[in-house]
Amino acid sequence: MAVIHDVMPSFGLYQPASVADALNLLDRHGRDAWILAGGLDSFDWLKDRIKRPKAVVDLSGISELQGIRESGDGLEIGAMTTLTEVVRHPAVRERYSLLLEAAEHAASPQIRNQGTIGGNVSQDTRCWYYRTGWFCYRAGGNICYADTPTAMNREHAILGADRCVAVNPSDTAPALIALDASMVVRSKSGERVVPAEEYFIGPGTDITRMTILQPGDLLTAIRIPGTWGGARFYFEKVRDRNVWDFALVSVASAMSDNGETIERVRIAVNGVAARPLRLRAVEDAVRGKARSEETAKLAGDLAIQGALPLQHNAYKVPLMRNLVKRAIRGAEGA
Amino acid sequence: MADKADNKLIGKNYTPPDHIAKVTGKAKWAEDFRADGMLFCKLLLSPMPHARVRKIDLRAALAMPGVKAILTADDLPKLDGPGAERALTNEPLYQGEPVLAVAAVDELTAAEAIERIDIDWEPLPFVVDPLESLRPNGPSARLEGNVWAPPAPRPAGATGAPPQPEIKTLKWTAEDFVEEAAGRLPMGKVLEEWSYGDLDAGFKEAALVLDETFVVNGSHHQTMESRSAMAYWQNGKLHIYCSTQSVVRTADNLSQWLGIPASDIVLVSEYTGGGFGSKGGGPISMTIPAVLSKKVNAPVMMRISREEEHYIGRVRTNMTGRVKIGFRKDGRITAMDLFIVQDNGSYGRWNDYAGAGNAASLMYQPLAMRWRGVSVFTNTFPKMQQRSPGPMQGNGIVEPVLTKAAKQLGLDQIEIHKINAPAGKAPFGPAVGPGGPNGKRPYVTSAFVKEALDRGAERFKWAERKAQAGQRRGSKVRGVGVAVGPHGSGSIGYDGIVTIRPDGKLYVQSGVGNLGTHSMVDLARVAADILAMPWERVEVIWGDTGKFLPWSCLSVGSQTTHAMTRANHAAAMDAKRKLLEIAAKDLGGSPDEYELGNARVYQRGNPGRGLSYAQAGARAIALGGKYDGHELPEDIHDFTKRSAKELAGLGLMGVAKDNYPRDGATWSFVAGFAEVEVDVETGKTTVIDYLAVGDVGTVINPRSLGGQLHGGSCLGIGHALFQKMVYDQHYGMPLAKRFHYNKPLTILDIPPTLDWDAVNLPDPETPVGARGTGEPPVGAGYCAVMNAIADAVGVDVFRRGPVTPDVILMSLEHGRRMHEPLKAHV
Repeated sequence: MAVIHDVMPSFGLYQPASVADALNLLDRHGRDAWILAGGLDSFDWLKDRIKRPKAVVDLSGISELQGIRESGDGLEIGAMTTLTEVVRHPAVRERYSLLLEAAEHAASPQIRNQGTIGGNVSQDTRCWYYRTGWFCYRAGGNICYADTPTAMNREHAILGADRCVAVNPSDTAPALIALDASMVVRSKSGERVVPAEEYFIGPGTDITRMTILQPGDLLTAIRIPGTWGGARFYFEKVRDRNVWDFALVSVASAMSDNGETIERVRIAVNGVAARPLRLRAVEDAVRGKARSEETAKLAGDLAIQGALPLQHNAYKVPLMRNLVKRAIRGAEGA
Repeated sequence: MADKADNKLIGKNYTPPDHIAKVTGKAKWAEDFRADGMLFCKLLLSPMPHARVRKIDLRAALAMPGVKAILTADDLPKLDGPGAERALTNEPLYQGEPVLAVAAVDELTAAEAIERIDIDWEPLPFVVDPLESLRPNGPSARLEGNVWAPPAPRPAGATGAPPQPEIKTLKWTAEDFVEEAAGRLPMGKVLEEWSYGDLDAGFKEAALVLDETFVVNGSHHQTMESRSAMAYWQNGKLHIYCSTQSVVRTADNLSQWLGIPASDIVLVSEYTGGGFGSKGGGPISMTIPAVLSKKVNAPVMMRISREEEHYIGRVRTNMTGRVKIGFRKDGRITAMDLFIVQDNGSYGRWNDYAGAGNAASLMYQPLAMRWRGVSVFTNTFPKMQQRSPGPMQGNGIVEPVLTKAAKQLGLDQIEIHKINAPAGKAPFGPAVGPGGPNGKRPYVTSAFVKEALDRGAERFKWAERKAQAGQRRGSKVRGVGVAVGPHGSGSIGYDGIVTIRPDGKLYVQSGVGNLGTHSMVDLARVAADILAMPWERVEVIWGDTGKFLPWSCLSVGSQTTHAMTRANHAAAMDAKRKLLEIAAKDLGGSPDEYELGNARVYQRGNPGRGLSYAQAGARAIALGGKYDGHELPEDIHDFTKRSAKELAGLGLMGVAKDNYPRDGATWSFVAGFAEVEVDVETGKTTVIDYLAVGDVGTVINPRSLGGQLHGGSCLGIGHALFQKMVYDQHYGMPLAKRFHYNKPLTILDIPPTLDWDAVNLPDPETPVGARGTGEPPVGAGYCAVMNAIADAVGVDVFRRGPVTPDVILMSLEHGRRMHEPLKAHV
């Protein structure tokens, strides 16, 4: 346990003006580098003196990382675009209101003005043991303090836990998965474009990271294809407070139907596992079925298969089930 | 007594003189002050819930350039009394307790020095849940014991200091804990209890008897301004800039903490960003810069960060309560047996649990009642009175049972409150003393609770809303709830000083704090009305003991409006007498032939024959003696005498102690009305509408009263919905140390139509008719919302607050309560 928090230690601050410069810096500093976007996750870590990077690479001066552009039949959103800009963009509003809703549910207006979409999807977990600086699995140790018989784990995982039971806190992540977005990741060695679903990783893959980003990697943009533009969307985030609160459970879905039958559907949830989960089994089961209460019930029941609650989070099982049901019913049936 | 017809200012809205500074940013808060050569200090916090410092190695830290001095507990004056808290310690009793302070040229240097300090710790036993400490072999939070024992009875004829409460060790038997399995609070031996009436007969007479256990969670005070302070010494005097609820009474406390006379302290606190009880007489942490600045011979600023504020910023006591209540068919309570286990935290002796008992006896007027309680130390953040300490938790334990009884007896919630409501000089608590000297129970000065309930029922359209409650629309169901929060609301016996100076203005010295309630200015309105002074010509002096303030009440416990309107009434009446006497002296006749009007004293019915206040002020100086403060009343406090002597000769002085009679204890009441909508598929509660109706005596400042009713209600609503404090029981560590973890209420969690009203009936036992109002809305807000949730989804869904979505969803899913029934800090 640290004996002092809330005073940011000194570090080297680098403010590159181009992605190429940023990649050079990240390459040069390797594991000692820290990528700073909006700062809302970073400054907590830095002020608490828990993460002690030598070099902080501030992306705020790189104009090519900012803004929303038409790209093919879809959109490309620069990683440094603020959540407020995402919410206000006319194309997002017209064609991808799912993302608008998800972004609008993040944190508070002040935080959305500063927080970026790249930061929102790349942020670390908010597990209060880990964030206090306890030396847990995720911090490189060999215990999960949130998964003991007396642990306080109301906000923790019911699915996909592997030693660590932390959850992913991002609001936009499930929406991006539902929209079949892809993430543009660049490093000195080139560019990769990966499906949003694969951008996020669980503890079984790497217990110390929430995303595929390795030292030297930079998320530069998020691409949303035209496929789901104007589809039937559903987003819901259940939280204790109506603002400035992470999701207990959230759900995002995109669906096309012919009025009766579900033709295509993508559905994802967050707040239940270390990464946002795409619910493929649910998608497969409801495709071709009527958008009825019966189908909704089937979807809800399927969604929670395999859920393993901890001492204080069993409520997430019915909550996730009900949110998936509501996603199938659609906004008018909530 | 005040002539109501003359009230030009009381009961009217106005803009308090501190507003412009606040909204323009000109107001200076504790951490805005600077002094030449000022150093900064940072604190080293205990990493363990209970430990002892074996050895500290400061060498590496002191060797750093820029590090000027290090203060440890050994540098602080000793304090009397068992279990007294000091600002630094060698035996931390909670994780986060300050152990030492480093003064350096800047905070970064101080923080880096702290990381180079090597402390050899001896870990000690700890416990964060009071029930765990009561188990047969449970740990004790302190080496001296685990519970507070009341003072031993004083033998007849004994002289000297009265016996003090003591820290003792109390453990219950395994048999006592058998009840736990059923989710009911075990009721082992307690060291404190009282009763009145025939409890057994009461339960026998009852048509319905309920026995329920309820957990009331404590939570942080969460003031916007943290308890920063800056201090320096000059000419042997301590100058300190701090954040406190009180001013005069903080200087008084500080003098005891430091062992120096209050006259050697110049304390400045013009603006305070909230206290809610956590800065009542000033935070003890301010002794750190005070002592450190002396040690290092330079001004020292201690900025308290938000995380540190969570450690040292105080918390409401949480309680696990069990209450057995007997009801007649009509809802009247025949008997109440209340048992409370209070988490006392690591320091202090907090009487919330006793307050909860007194409040329950007042609020529900049971025909017979027993109260038993035990206050248990835990290795958690220090507790302190938080806005309605005691009554709020008492509400929280009893109200859900009242609502359950109403359902079972087929009664309306308002009706069951009304039939049990206090009225007039309603009694409360046990008879005074052992068995009571005359067997008589104390009583309040007045209570108009039924009037508040009736007024609120109409304004809230209770009947209409009630008809809609319980009907499911989609996944949503609505419910309505009502609750009445009581709280003590006024003390007596303080002093006022006013002067009318040759500039023709009235100066009112205000010794209370400016914690956002405006009472520090409202009290001057009373003096202005009595002296027929236009408000534009009134100057209120506050926030700086260097400006000579009178002995005042602590700005806590909703006392200020009551106490200080009385004191200023007395001072203004003294000034009025002197004005009339001077006029009679100069213009002939007797004083009672003169009257006041429009800043003049003149012959009754002949405004042309008189003196302006400017002239009267000058005449008072010429006359000297009692007229300009050179002769002072005997009965005023020494603090007031010192101030009055400094102000003597500036003009006509009104100075007096409040000697007005009072029959009864002053309490205020607020009725809260809530409508909620619960989504049964998510467990999420939305507050649709809320109304608070005050029975708070004469309304002094309507706009500010509305602010108080809204603010207090919101604190209660936050307690009902989600605000909390969480500990890991095994490691004894606090987890919810950020706003997004402990979740204070936000503006989007309350309905835009939040409403208020007041019955505006004067209290008969105070000349101005006003009682305090800061506290009673909290219990009302807390319980009105919880009662509304119970109305919507069932009276057995929850037995602890806050009622978060998980609690509701799990109960509905399983058809019974699934949440942790007894534990604190979940």
